[in-house]
Amino acid sequence: MGGDLLFRHRYQGSSFTELLKVDYPHLDFDWSALAGLAREPLPHGTTVLAVRYRDGVLVAGDRLATAGNAVASRDVQKVFPADRHSLIAIAGAAGPAIEMARLMSIELEHYEKIEGEALELEGKANKLSQMIRQNLPAAMQGLVVVPIFAGYDTRRRRGRIWKYDITGGRYEEADFDSTGSGSVYARESLKKSFREGMDRDEALRAAMQALLDAADEDRATGGVDLLRRIYPLVQICTAEGIEEIPDERLDALYRELVDEQARARSGGGAGS
Amino acid sequence: MSMPFYVSPEQLMQDKAAYARKGIGRGKSIVAMEIQEGILLAAENPSSSLSKIGEIYDRIAFAGVGKFSEFDQLRKLGVRYADTMGYAYSRDDVRAKALAKAYSQAIGEVFTRELKPLEVEVIVAEVGDDRFAGHEANSLYKVTFDGSIQDHRGFCVIGGTADELQTQIRRDYREGMPLGDALRLAQGALGRASGTDQPVAPGNLEVCVLDRSRPRRKFRRLTADEVATLLAR
Repeated sequence: MGGDLLFRHRYQGSSFTELLKVDYPHLDFDWSALAGLAREPLPHGTTVLAVRYRDGVLVAGDRLATAGNAVASRDVQKVFPADRHSLIAIAGAAGPAIEMARLMSIELEHYEKIEGEALELEGKANKLSQMIRQNLPAAMQGLVVVPIFAGYDTRRRRGRIWKYDITGGRYEEADFDSTGSGSVYARESLKKSFREGMDRDEALRAAMQALLDAADEDRATGGVDLLRRIYPLVQICTAEGIEEIPDERLDALYRELVDEQARARSGGGAGS
Repeated sequence: MSMPFYVSPEQLMQDKAAYARKGIGRGKSIVAMEIQEGILLAAENPSSSLSKIGEIYDRIAFAGVGKFSEFDQLRKLGVRYADTMGYAYSRDDVRAKALAKAYSQAIGEVFTRELKPLEVEVIVAEVGDDRFAGHEANSLYKVTFDGSIQDHRGFCVIGGTADELQTQIRRDYREGMPLGDALRLAQGALGRASGTDQPVAPGNLEVCVLDRSRPRRKFRRLTADEVATLLAR
């Protein structure tokens, strides 16, 4: 991309991914070219979830990436801010998934700068659909990416959550969702603890419990690693923007939840 | 018979320059100023939707005067260039200097090759990066209709009344002015430069800031209310 090529763009629209396709094809990587590789154990992200609560949405993910039955990384990031008012959480083949999250955030920022205003939340969710659909050839080769998209709808003034399938199918979830290898357990857990109008602390508690439940049943989901001080990544998105929950808060909450369980098992504590 | 259609290169360039200046002269001016908070960009612009100032990248802003369609196209090219650079390399590799040079090359090429020059002048502003020692300095580049490029310290003006505006700003500009003071200076200077002897009405000001204190994207467009509040103090 030398200087002389700078202003020779043929593409005149407002999509960054389209710009890459038309004017910078060498940067627009085709993951399906990795057909044979997908049979090798590649790093996979495991469990992520999103919960709607009173002020917006909370999105959380564990930090483990596995390749086959080995640990690929213990502190991988699976929850990414897509822009000021939305988050993307990824599960599946880590390479293309992380790249998709990165492209998604550039895409939204690019649109906003070119057009002078941001897309509506639903428009962003739809954009992600298209990106997953473009990944379909790679998905067919085993490089499956299944994200959750969640954000604060500034027009409707509430949190919204979308889940996807590998064909780019987009389904809005009213209250919560989870994806990845431990998602069945996380979803079951959230089903029990979700309550309409939860506050932030309740939502955080529900999310943490769901991740711990998933980690308990699914060996590929990482819980809390006290030895290495690795905690799940939890971000919330409200009218004010995005905020990350600090590790200290997660540490305290984790100890609280574990204590509760220990008390229940020893027959002490509430009710027994 | 001599050659009736011969026009000397000097004459040709002069004609083109005069044409471009005339186009630019019809528009209002813009000032970019280094201030305490970062960089202030202010334009007299009665339209609230057709912006003259825009965000290019994390620390880079664009301002253009002249023909809207032309400078807005340059702004979009800048965004495409910056986002592609940042995607291919890293976000810190996107710099105002490279962008300003690219503008200079592109605008200069149109000036020499095409019949009609671009009737534009642009500013590329970059706020310094406090995270790394030695990268704190701001940059202000100005590219004019023939592709000439200059870098400025303190402040930089473009537009039809740029000379007068320059004089007005220079009189009261101080290094490290806070935003409110700088905005009042810009308001008065833009008004006087356009020959009205009145500060520009707050509603007719387009004001953007590259704010050092913001996390990643330093660019911020001030709302009409924010502008009015700052000016009322």
